[in-house]
Amino acid sequence: MTAVSINWYLILGAILFTIGAVGVIVRRNVIVIFMSIELMLNAVNLVFVALSRQLHIMDGQIVVFFVMTVAAAEAAVGLAIIISVFRNRETLNADELNLLRW
Amino acid sequence: MSPLLFCILGAVLIASAFGVVLSTSPIRSALSLIVTLFFIAVEFLFLDAQLVAALQIVVYAGAIMVLFLFVIMLLNLQDDPQALAKLPLRAAGGCLGGLFLLAALHFFVKPGVGAGTGINTAVPDTFGSTETLGEMLFTHYLFAFEITSVLLLVAIIGAVVLAKKNLT
Amino acid sequence: MLIDLLIAAIKALIVIGMVLPLAGILGWVERKGSALIQDRIGANRASIFGFAGAGLVNTLMADPLKFLTKEDVIPAGVDRLLHTLAPCIGLFPAIVAFAAVPFGDVLEVGGRVINLQAIGLNVGILYVLAMMSLGVYGVVLAGWASNNRFSLLGGIRGSAQMISYELGMGLAIVATVMTYGTLDLQAMVRAQGHLIGGWIPAWGIVYQPVAFLLFLIAGIAESKRVPFDLPEGESELVAGFFTEYSGIKYLMFFMTDFVDVAVVAALVTTLYFGGWQIPYLMRDGVHFPWGTVVALPQIVVVLLQLAAFMIKVLFFCWLQVLIRWSLPRYRYDQVMRLGWRGLLPVALLNVMATAVLVLALQG
Repeated sequence: MTAVSINWYLILGAILFTIGAVGVIVRRNVIVIFMSIELMLNAVNLVFVALSRQLHIMDGQIVVFFVMTVAAAEAAVGLAIIISVFRNRETLNADELNLLRW
Repeated sequence: MSPLLFCILGAVLIASAFGVVLSTSPIRSALSLIVTLFFIAVEFLFLDAQLVAALQIVVYAGAIMVLFLFVIMLLNLQDDPQALAKLPLRAAGGCLGGLFLLAALHFFVKPGVGAGTGINTAVPDTFGSTETLGEMLFTHYLFAFEITSVLLLVAIIGAVVLAKKNLT
Repeated sequence: MLIDLLIAAIKALIVIGMVLPLAGILGWVERKGSALIQDRIGANRASIFGFAGAGLVNTLMADPLKFLTKEDVIPAGVDRLLHTLAPCIGLFPAIVAFAAVPFGDVLEVGGRVINLQAIGLNVGILYVLAMMSLGVYGVVLAGWASNNRFSLLGGIRGSAQMISYELGMGLAIVATVMTYGTLDLQAMVRAQGHLIGGWIPAWGIVYQPVAFLLFLIAGIAESKRVPFDLPEGESELVAGFFTEYSGIKYLMFFMTDFVDVAVVAALVTTLYFGGWQIPYLMRDGVHFPWGTVVALPQIVVVLLQLAAFMIKVLFFCWLQVLIRWSLPRYRYDQVMRLGWRGLLPVALLNVMATAVLVLALQG
């Protein structure tokens, strides 16, 4: 095999992103859906850092820095929302949280 | 990095990602996600991004996932044997995922993607170091940095208010 | 290439060879030291052919053997994987955190210059912080996986305390990093060999006394030692988050406690007390400030610096044992109040004052 090239990292990132996306669609537990979203964010981080290394510029790593910060803020608020929803509805099944459905 | 090492790391990452998505117990999903985050930090180290790797472990694996575990413990979530959605939705999810993967691979697996200086060519020692990152962060990306701090403040206040028991 | 691997392996083995015996000796120091402080004799019953070695045989041979041969009780209704994994997740980061701590300057052997630090990361102190953050999982999982209300309570209290004091510790480190301008631990220790005004060594305690106190307090809280040992709360929560553990898993939690003591002592030494530096001792000999130079062979210098490092670490381990047996335990709300309303504001003010001073003295 030849040396590891950028394509390898991109394929790995794509696979991880797909697994996360399928997790969001297929799972019903809201917290696991949230974790799959974090998995997608991490796949994107991996691609950013790999491309930053490929192009020899640091901007990709700066973007990853910001993605991590925003993911932290999103996780905090999202989990607080989940806690309040659980207190009111006693369930974390996404199929049963359907009060706003037509 | 040798191809063999990359394949091993990639296999571990994909296995733990499947663990996140397919596990019936939320705690095991969380643990699989921690393993995934840890090995992505290892990948970052191989890509000469030392500060980002350390931050990944401190922020993501050390703080965000602890938050997840706290919430799972607080809500006392047990195993859920019927964790996956009904069959039509599962089939749709799988097909969409497969289609997306094919599309991504079609666009990525081309020679000469990101024509640049190459992932195997050497970089200066300061690449990925704290000084370089800090310099760029406080000059070119200063506005985004300040906005992010406001965002974090808003998130803290919002999380505290949302998770309070009752506001009376 | 192969030689580099061999040198790295030897350095890693040296670090493990320092940490694990230190954790064992600390167990003995704890028991005999507490006995001295409390005016009693301490453990001295176990003996081999009448030789009891002032409690060494008891603590270093009888106790580990007892733990290793006890039955491993796993309570009913627990997730067995998590129950077994928790002590491992707790112990592993604590030992590995030691890898970034420099225990000497450089060793010149056969034309090679070997940096006496297991891994030479340029984000060394962040790596140590990362490993201490990972230590929270041992507590959280142990509390959850025990299927026991008291364990869960101890686990939640313990992890909340640990993540609260990580903030104070991180900010104290930020002030120190600003003073020395680098995250690399070896570079920080080398910068502490500088002499202010030709006389005073530029140790961290001289530049950052407030940060030293903050770091010491936060470190003791991180390792859940008295006065912050509420998660383990002996008289309140049975044994807190490791109630349901016996045998070798209990031994692993105990070792995590002592390895954490060693890590905090090593970090305090490295950041604030000059690490392996002896004042006025440079790589080629002793340079007294009034001009006399005493030349010493390089290997003697290396050994002296290694001994200095070990003595300083042992002193801070002893200091933590002393603090443990002198102070009463904090209540949980007092712990949280101290962390968030005491340590955090002081740390922030320290960072601001350091920033102003650094800018003023540089510009």
